[in-house]
Amino acid sequence: MLVRKAPDLTYADVTPKSVYLNRREFLRAMGIVGATAFAGKGLFDLALTPQIAFAGTTFTGLVKSSFSTTEKQNSFDDVTHYNNFYEFGTSKGDPAKNAGKFNTSNWKVSVEGEVKTPRKFTMDEILKIAPLEERIYRHRCVEAWSIVVPWIGFSFSNLAKLVEPTAKAQFVAFESYFDPQQMPEAKYAGIDFPYVEGLRLDEAMNPLALLCVGMYGETLANQDGAPVRMILPWKYGFKSTKSLVKIRFQQKMPPTTWNRLASNEYGFYANVNPAVDHPRWSQAKERRLGEIYKRPTLMFNGYSDQVAAMYNGMDLKKNY
Amino acid sequence: MHALLTSKWMKVAVFLICLIPLGDLVWRILRSDLGANPVEFLQHATGDWTLRFLIFTLCITPFRRLFKLPDLIRFRRMLGLFAFFYVSLHFLTYLGPDQSFDLAAMWKDVAKRPFITVGFLGFVLLIPLAITSTAGWIRRLGGKRWQLLHRAIYLSAVAGVIHYYWLVKSDVREPLFYGALVGILLLWRLGDWLLKRRSQAPVKAGAPRVSVHPT
Repeated sequence: MLVRKAPDLTYADVTPKSVYLNRREFLRAMGIVGATAFAGKGLFDLALTPQIAFAGTTFTGLVKSSFSTTEKQNSFDDVTHYNNFYEFGTSKGDPAKNAGKFNTSNWKVSVEGEVKTPRKFTMDEILKIAPLEERIYRHRCVEAWSIVVPWIGFSFSNLAKLVEPTAKAQFVAFESYFDPQQMPEAKYAGIDFPYVEGLRLDEAMNPLALLCVGMYGETLANQDGAPVRMILPWKYGFKSTKSLVKIRFQQKMPPTTWNRLASNEYGFYANVNPAVDHPRWSQAKERRLGEIYKRPTLMFNGYSDQVAAMYNGMDLKKNY
Repeated sequence: MHALLTSKWMKVAVFLICLIPLGDLVWRILRSDLGANPVEFLQHATGDWTLRFLIFTLCITPFRRLFKLPDLIRFRRMLGLFAFFYVSLHFLTYLGPDQSFDLAAMWKDVAKRPFITVGFLGFVLLIPLAITSTAGWIRRLGGKRWQLLHRAIYLSAVAGVIHYYWLVKSDVREPLFYGALVGILLLWRLGDWLLKRRSQAPVKAGAPRVSVHPT
């Protein structure tokens, strides 16, 4: 049993808890809307909110994972109010403010490219691919801060095996949803959208690579990449694509968003590595949110046992 | 306006207004209202206020002239010292939480990272200006030399803008906004200087020169 829910209930049917949980954001939005000239339209959008917000649906019967850390978890509040999700604005607080109305209903993820059976998955289908696990991972941002989060999902390899990558598949590209209408802040972000990240096939098939549908026992908050995203705990956070709509298996290494912007700063691999600094700042230490002083950053973010072998013989200073 | 600007209470009022950003930060610290990353919040807030006070300080001279308010000079030193006050706090948030008060580590970081180097330079340049901001130092140095020294604030403001620009990852709107303000304030000075030089040149030469322009 993956999710202990009535069998006829689907992902979208469960009444969203966010409607009352996010009352604070709701009230704040009211204030902001009230102050704008578009008050009428804003209020109309707010009236629609209950039908399109999904964050807050609870999962039950989650499987515990041996990959979980026992470190102290960051609070739900921290993880939902300190986000890099440039489609919704570049300040850390912007996504919490701007993603509330993000429409994730009727979500589909297209899996295509070098696979025997390309197909589109609905969220209900994704939830049934494999038993949902809770995995408490360290998450290290390239900006030298870190958090510990209880994510929910299953190894990406489960999905990959369903579509059967062909012998030609060497890489996987992950693409985020993009809609300038719903994401008006995106035009100021300074990066190109849709957001694309990529992995080598063996990296994607590593059991640590999580196809993530939830956090803190619930579905993902919009600002954390609802309804489905990747979590790659041994890589800098920007590799973990949010709000996935397309997964493409391919022969060539995909061009990736931050790498295209500044390849000297953001490598394709982007493995957490305290010995290779970002050109503008040190990666030797990190600030765990909630702490004052910095702590040393661990090689592969502390996941060497699971991932180091994939990079044997590679010069990680060159392949940063 | 003259009476208002020269009143003692006006100076007190401006002083108190300049303390509002500090008060806001203290209030937020007391209520633990600094967001998920309090250290970063303090670093960004003190950095922003440093740039703003540098810009306020640089506004004094042009505003005195443009709005014919020579009395504004009474506030220039205070604004400059507040810029120094906020940059000192900004520096402490770096030396403490980021470098754990380890001076050796700090020097290594300053030497290695252009973004830190240029920010540190902007801070260090302000130290002699803060020290020599008193009437006694103006006398000791002489007006000309004092003025020359205090032009270091131009470099400091430019360094501050570059520091900010190099910090952000891709959204450069805010650093560019501060950069534009500093640019306008410095260009005004350049224009003013060029105009003055043109109008003063013949006088300095002692005798009227032959004009190359047809008259």
